[in-house]
Amino acid sequence: MFGLDNKDTRMLLVVAVLTLCAPFILNPFPTDSAMAQFNAGYPDLMQRFVIFGIFAIGFNILFGLTGYLSFGHAAFLGVGSYSAVWMFKLLSMNVIPAILLAVVISGLFALLIGFVSLRRSGIYFSILTLAFAQMSFNLAYSVLTPITNGETGLQLTLDDPRILGVSATADGSIPVTSLFGLEMRSTFEMVVGPWAFQFNAGYYLAAFILLAAFYLSIRIFRSPFGMMLRAVKSNQQRMNYTGLNTKPYTLAAFVISGMYAGLAGGLMASMDPLAGAERMQWTASGEVVLMTILGGAGTLIGPVLGAGFIKYFENIFSKINDNVLHGWFSFMPDGLENFVVFVIHPFIGKGWHLTLGILFMLVVVFLPGGLVEGGQRIAKWVKGRKNKDDATPATKTPAE
Amino acid sequence: MDAILLQILNGLDKGSAYALIALGLTLIFGTLGVVNFAHGALFMIGAFCAVTVQRLLSLSYEVVDESQKDFLGNPLKVKTPYVESWFGPEMGGAIIDWAVPIAILFAIPIMVCVGYVMERGLIKHFYKREHADQILVTFGLAIVLQEVIKYFYGANPIQTPSPEALSGVANVGALLGMDIVYPVWRIVYFFFSVVIIGAIFSFLQFTTFGMVVRAGMADRETVGLLGINIDRRFTIMFGIAAAVAGLAGVMYTPINSPNYHMGMDFLVLSFVVVVVGGMGSLPGAVLAGFLLGILESFASMNEIKSIIPGIDQIIIYVVAIIILLTRPRGLMGRKGVMEE
Repeated sequence: MFGLDNKDTRMLLVVAVLTLCAPFILNPFPTDSAMAQFNAGYPDLMQRFVIFGIFAIGFNILFGLTGYLSFGHAAFLGVGSYSAVWMFKLLSMNVIPAILLAVVISGLFALLIGFVSLRRSGIYFSILTLAFAQMSFNLAYSVLTPITNGETGLQLTLDDPRILGVSATADGSIPVTSLFGLEMRSTFEMVVGPWAFQFNAGYYLAAFILLAAFYLSIRIFRSPFGMMLRAVKSNQQRMNYTGLNTKPYTLAAFVISGMYAGLAGGLMASMDPLAGAERMQWTASGEVVLMTILGGAGTLIGPVLGAGFIKYFENIFSKINDNVLHGWFSFMPDGLENFVVFVIHPFIGKGWHLTLGILFMLVVVFLPGGLVEGGQRIAKWVKGRKNKDDATPATKTPAE
Repeated sequence: MDAILLQILNGLDKGSAYALIALGLTLIFGTLGVVNFAHGALFMIGAFCAVTVQRLLSLSYEVVDESQKDFLGNPLKVKTPYVESWFGPEMGGAIIDWAVPIAILFAIPIMVCVGYVMERGLIKHFYKREHADQILVTFGLAIVLQEVIKYFYGANPIQTPSPEALSGVANVGALLGMDIVYPVWRIVYFFFSVVIIGAIFSFLQFTTFGMVVRAGMADRETVGLLGINIDRRFTIMFGIAAAVAGLAGVMYTPINSPNYHMGMDFLVLSFVVVVVGGMGSLPGAVLAGFLLGILESFASMNEIKSIIPGIDQIIIYVVAIIILLTRPRGLMGRKGVMEE
């Protein structure tokens, strides 16, 4: 289907089902139960899942295929956000032009940075991208304040000169972002017994864009272009010796992944029309690296998994507090209960970054392929056991 | 003229911190060939050694003093640090006052141990893997260390004053007949870093151990073939590099109150410094550290900012980009080290 082989079609369908049914899947616990706080099916978090999924897919096209580790990808996300917000301020509250502009501007920005940075490789490339990103971050904070509104961040105001649209609604508030009249924030709530499922317009827009982005990334992975990028990763020198200029390929990969980041930034601004410089900081770039590696760099589904995983933990894991833990371990004797809670305490709540750091290190050390490799190993192990079970009687039968 | 000298001085203290961290990074890179993203965290741990020592020294007990009454007529509780009760109020007070310099003595063994454990426990397993993997695992380690510190010391910056005698300002321009007033502690910091850098260089240059290490940096395999356990020496060098970063952190606390993310803040800049100086070149790291520190402080002069607005924020990165693109090996990079 769509020019994909069976396996890829199946994967695309799985991702499609997962994203489109996310409001159900992420909301397994009834709203009044004690586990309700583990529900992730609220619009804000679901939007973040898919937006960071797009960001990570884009990053993976560069890092996973070519092996160039960029530590400055958040700059493109920031640029995308800024341009989208400017589009809302100047043109209209429709999200389509904003997202398009975000993609185009960040693509141009990536072309510029990539052209310079890709003259070097390895650690030097990482440092160059890091330097460029930090430069954009510092500039956004200081000199570019007229464009970026400095520390406060760029926001919509009541006197924006909007060409197609009004600067303020009839009741004097700032208009909201919409897709041809469909408000991004509008949410349809479906109550089934004790469950409440929320279907958010913004989320579904982002989800469809994620599917498109995912499809495109499958096509890139399976194309001759993707093959070329993989060749660059495995041995660039040999590619050069055969007389091939690898620069256009790596640059194209860089620009594509920059555009993905811009797309994510534009979507982020579409859901919530503000943009701040902190989105460009290098720790934000580090986050997308974490997502990609954790999920599995160079695999198709890995980055999406990684992004979902990290965002879920960031929002849900950090909400667990001591009271919840006491609730969980209340079956234990008091002293033991307090001790267990005391031991777990540093890793939850505000300390979830510690858990993330440890998890990340474990993944880099033991599972270089990330969660995807972990899944594959488990699958292989299960299959191996099954085969063994099948094989043993088979060998026995003739003996009897 | 005064303004220029003042800017050079301003640049020197930041430059000293850059130079010390970059020196440690280069030592690790030059010996073990590992790109250590956790080096900023080592700097931070050093700074928190100073905080800990200061807290330990000012541990105190409460005594109810019947002779003094508060305004309600209740007996006053008087806190006396243990140190004061052991060494007498004057000596004890001086010890608490000099907590930061005293912390150096504690920081050296602690940092060497931390470095040793880090190398043997984690980084050893990453020699054969790609630089990207090394960056990633040390980046993860940096996050972990940072969060551990945050857990124990909280997220707010902790004031760590310098000794009373060194906390004022001095008129350093008096000798030259100029009027340049400058904080004493920053001058101390500069001289301290010069001493440390000098010590590291002479250690490498004039001792047998240093000679073996230099030989190992040049050709690890051959040194190994000569029957020298070079890995062991490199591990010790990792400890020393950690100690250098830690000392830079200890002495930096009075200049900037330590907080848990100071390591990350310095890390990016010190990597830029290392790359500008040339990967694997010790003099390059030191030179680039001071150079970038001074350039940064010049760029923050109002006269220059009025010509190119915002230059103070980006000067280091601009310089780094220009140097990386024009001199692939950095300022003083060695031939054959990380050339692509």
